[in-house]
Amino acid sequence: MIRDLPDEAFTEPWQARVFAMAQVACEQMGLPWDAFRDRLKAAIAEQPERPYYDSWTAALEDLTGVSA
Amino acid sequence: MSHGHHHERPKSPSELRAKALEALLVERGLITTDAVDTIVDLFQNEVGPRRGARMVARAWVDPAYRELLLSDATAAAAEMGYGGAEGERLVCVENTPDVHNAIVCTLCSCYPWPVLGVPPVWYKSPPYRSRMVREPRDVLREFGLELPEETTIRIWDSSAEVRYIVLPMRPAGTEELDEGRLVELVTRDCMIGVAVPRVAEGAAA
Repeated sequence: MIRDLPDEAFTEPWQARVFAMAQVACEQMGLPWDAFRDRLKAAIAEQPERPYYDSWTAALEDLTGVSA
Repeated sequence: MSHGHHHERPKSPSELRAKALEALLVERGLITTDAVDTIVDLFQNEVGPRRGARMVARAWVDPAYRELLLSDATAAAAEMGYGGAEGERLVCVENTPDVHNAIVCTLCSCYPWPVLGVPPVWYKSPPYRSRMVREPRDVLREFGLELPEETTIRIWDSSAEVRYIVLPMRPAGTEELDEGRLVELVTRDCMIGVAVPRVAEGAAA
């Protein structure tokens, strides 16, 4: 059920950091926000059931070419 | 069982990977810890649905602002000092007795950050993203919102450019409430469209 899922934006502090890291990296790289969002969409499409902020991490790796 | 000394909570693989990536991006000069801290702090303390609620309450009491909100929501947000990423093209959709609106992003999680903050976990979940389009009436019922059969439900899928926000109807019995008290009635869910403002019993003047 949708309503059983958390109502918060983030359930762990690292998620807020990944959220912010994507914005900072885009700005630092001089890229429009769409550059990240397109990769996020691709990351979600690739693994729809992956936890949401894991897809942010994957998209951020894709954007920056840096792999953790 | 406790071993009598403190154990740090084990970090999940997701957290470890995100932390490792942060360290690498700092090392490469692609981010700074300070800049990340600033954005985390901004979304934790400043940017949130209270902003959208102020816009809605103002639109309820100020016809000129309502007109601006419905014709150019980006300008209406800017007038309140709200702007930034994911708010470049805001569109406000108005609930009426005949039409109920709700927002979704089917492909990822697009959402009007400058006026609603970061979306809740459920908004970003696969079931909300798919079911809200396929069977909105059922989803709304799960949120406790039972709409009359004759009410048209419009679902707005945030596209590449546009971010939507719902202007709910001002509830009956709130004629005596001032703008500040009206703000209290406007929850985040009302502006997503999975709820409507409710007046608590006896709260209306």
